[in-house]
Amino acid sequence: MPFLIERSVTVDKANKKDYSKYAVVMEKIVKRFPGVLANDHVDLFVERGEIHAIVGENGAGKTTLMNQLYGLINSDSGKIYINGAEIKIRNPNDAINAKIGMVHQHFMLVDRLSVVENIVLGMEPVYGPFFARDKARKQINELSKRFGLFVEPDAIIEDLPVGIQQRVEIIKVLYRGAEILILDEPTAVLTPQETEELFEILRALKSQGKTIIFITHKLHEVMAITNSVTVMRLGKVTGVVKTVDTNPRELARMMVGRDVLLRVEKGEAKVGKEILRVEDLHVNENRGLEAVRGLTLSVKRGEIVGIAGVAGNGQTELVEAITGLRKVEEGHVIFKGVDITNFSPKKRRDMGMGHIPEDRLKHGLVTAFPLYYNFILGKHDDPQFCDGEFLKMPDIKRFSDELVKRFDVRPPLINLLGANLSGGNQQKVIVAREISFGPDFMVVSQPTRGLDIGAIEFIHKTIISMRDKGVGVLLISMELEEIFSLSDRILVMYEGQIMGEVTPQETTTEEVGLMMAGHRLEDLRTQEA
Amino acid sequence: MANGLKKFYMNDKIVVPVFAVITSLFIAAIVMIMIGKNPIVAYGALLFGAFGTKGALINNLMKATPLILTGLSVGLGFRAGLFNIGANGQLIIGALLSTYIGTKMIAYPFYLSIPIMLITGMVGGALWAAIAGWLKVARGAHEVITTIMLNYVAVFIANYVVNGPFQAPGGVPKSPEIAYSARFPNLITSGATWLSAGIFVALTAVVVVYILIEKTKMGYEVKAVGFNPYAAEYGGISIGRNTVMAMAISGALAGLAGTMQVMGLYYRYLGALGGSMGFDGITIALIGQNDPIGIAFAAFLISSIRAGSNQMQIAGVSKNIVIIIQGIIIFLVATNRLVKTFMFWKRKEVEEA
Repeated sequence: MPFLIERSVTVDKANKKDYSKYAVVMEKIVKRFPGVLANDHVDLFVERGEIHAIVGENGAGKTTLMNQLYGLINSDSGKIYINGAEIKIRNPNDAINAKIGMVHQHFMLVDRLSVVENIVLGMEPVYGPFFARDKARKQINELSKRFGLFVEPDAIIEDLPVGIQQRVEIIKVLYRGAEILILDEPTAVLTPQETEELFEILRALKSQGKTIIFITHKLHEVMAITNSVTVMRLGKVTGVVKTVDTNPRELARMMVGRDVLLRVEKGEAKVGKEILRVEDLHVNENRGLEAVRGLTLSVKRGEIVGIAGVAGNGQTELVEAITGLRKVEEGHVIFKGVDITNFSPKKRRDMGMGHIPEDRLKHGLVTAFPLYYNFILGKHDDPQFCDGEFLKMPDIKRFSDELVKRFDVRPPLINLLGANLSGGNQQKVIVAREISFGPDFMVVSQPTRGLDIGAIEFIHKTIISMRDKGVGVLLISMELEEIFSLSDRILVMYEGQIMGEVTPQETTTEEVGLMMAGHRLEDLRTQEA
Repeated sequence: MANGLKKFYMNDKIVVPVFAVITSLFIAAIVMIMIGKNPIVAYGALLFGAFGTKGALINNLMKATPLILTGLSVGLGFRAGLFNIGANGQLIIGALLSTYIGTKMIAYPFYLSIPIMLITGMVGGALWAAIAGWLKVARGAHEVITTIMLNYVAVFIANYVVNGPFQAPGGVPKSPEIAYSARFPNLITSGATWLSAGIFVALTAVVVVYILIEKTKMGYEVKAVGFNPYAAEYGGISIGRNTVMAMAISGALAGLAGTMQVMGLYYRYLGALGGSMGFDGITIALIGQNDPIGIAFAAFLISSIRAGSNQMQIAGVSKNIVIIIQGIIIFLVATNRLVKTFMFWKRKEVEEA
């Protein structure tokens, strides 16, 4: 681990743990969820009065770690020190008593109550049995003034914009006497202007001596506001650096990781005619913010086009727009020369589009269905499986038995429910199904997430063999290694746009990493020249 | 073989309801002992009242007929991920429409009028339920709210109609009688009770719903939408169409239940025809684990408890005891995780021993 500054080692050398200069120390935190090691011996050191970023992709374990610091979940093992003293945090009350406050990604406000009522909720100042609204208002005004957090105390929460609601959350935390503030992806819901205002507030808080832990996966924010950074990947800390000593490139590399070195044997691509074209596509995410912003790409038969990028840069929305699961705001999706922008998922499937979805439990499988039902999802009304209104059960079962054998699904029992299989075997079921329908084009999203090496290799080989049979493949992956080993062309996506197109032969992980951090290829190449 | 047998017994679709029924009878027995009654006498009377005489059994089966159908109605909704609380309203509309058609059937032979009656009842219930389905798809209105509201609308429509334009002479809130050709033939008559052919309609519905759910494309789509709408959409299944469709079929079954009462029991629309059968359907679907065959047994269980409760009252134990029994059954079935956890502990203990 070349990037790791082993702070804990230096203190261990002194043979005495002097953590007094740290506001927060989390030591060897382990948290296991069913099937996942969410935090694998994570160490975190946050100095008093600094803004410390925790960066990592979705699912890296950042929020899990913070939830343990705030007592929302309990660690399996590990220790927590606040201002040098070890404490146990069993629930949020313990955390509040230790002067820790957390602003969640999804606000915890009562929409119909006023700002004042929300802030004091649970610790209202009173006159005897009566709520002392004027006292509360005065206290809040004082806090607002001190930190430059201006809010209208009597406004109703649901009338306020998101940025202001977030301020209310921050005041709520300060009202409870927090000295250590945890902000979980605070900018995810904000506009750029609101983000800038938030940063002003954070600077003000810091100047008043507060310690701030800032969770994000946006690297430019890390560079703009923080003092030091802890990078996490797959539940482990992959780097601890001072912000001044690092750059987005290095951070991207630590986030994406480079430890897996899987090279897949593949020959030259025999590229055919264009099969999919996306033109100036605009797609919104669930909250209505624009996630794909004028994206254009094309895929030909017999090639694998990889889309690299840090999670949350519009990849999910792009995939859903191409496969018909999400509304397109502007632009076109053209498949086999036909404008399919407004076609239903069914029509796209019938035209020969396959889809291995990113979230296999949400989209890919009906986990309460037996395997033989899952094997026909999307083709259940095909004459092969359905005779008018009636399902051809013997044929369906025979077909499923064949697939289970061919794709080595274990255990090979087609009556098992989808939920009873391991992640790798669930993925095999989906891959088997999508391939068996003989698509001409396939969107493959995060095909190997959470799988073991064996399953990864199997799925990679399968994708290559599809390509060799003339199928066009659009591969979306957060694993840079996967993108490099499979793709014939690589597109890098950042904030809903393509930063550049490269081939794995002519580029480097550093270059792609920089594009993932928001640098355009042409800028990089001109810099070099 | 032993393995197969074990699997059969460990199938929680069967184990949970059976466990629930036995436990509830046991708990109710304790309650009876606490109030100084003899549970053996009470349960004896209950059994006698439900199965003891020909008349009792007929009464029991007549009660079971509409309950099977409302149970299927709610159960099918559950399979599609829909909570149809409106079986009562759909039943009323179905019964009202089929009664109206039934009064016009005098000139028709039974082989035409009976199918027409059945179809009318189903269409009435289906349309009524489809309103809620459509509101869910088009406006996002939750079906629990809309079906409850539609229940009231149906009740008041029916009250108005049988107190006004469609009232039989005599000032009582009831409609005129339907034509003889539109009535079910009586299979067995015993004193003042009779068994109508409606029981066959209900049993046929069990088979049809079973085939629909397990063997057809529609059943596949409805279940996929119910289990995981995201995956269904990904697989090209229309969530909207299947929601409306599932609601309509659910309503058709409820409408058919109302039609059973008209064609086999009252031969007219009565003010109180709806009763609580729609809500009993929820109980029955829960106990029957949303499985058509399970629902048939569950409906028969509930009708037996109800039919036997009068005899229990005569034996000196309040018939409200059966409400306790029913409540405990529902509680245990609804908290089936609790039951499973309990059974899992027992198994683990055995394994450890």
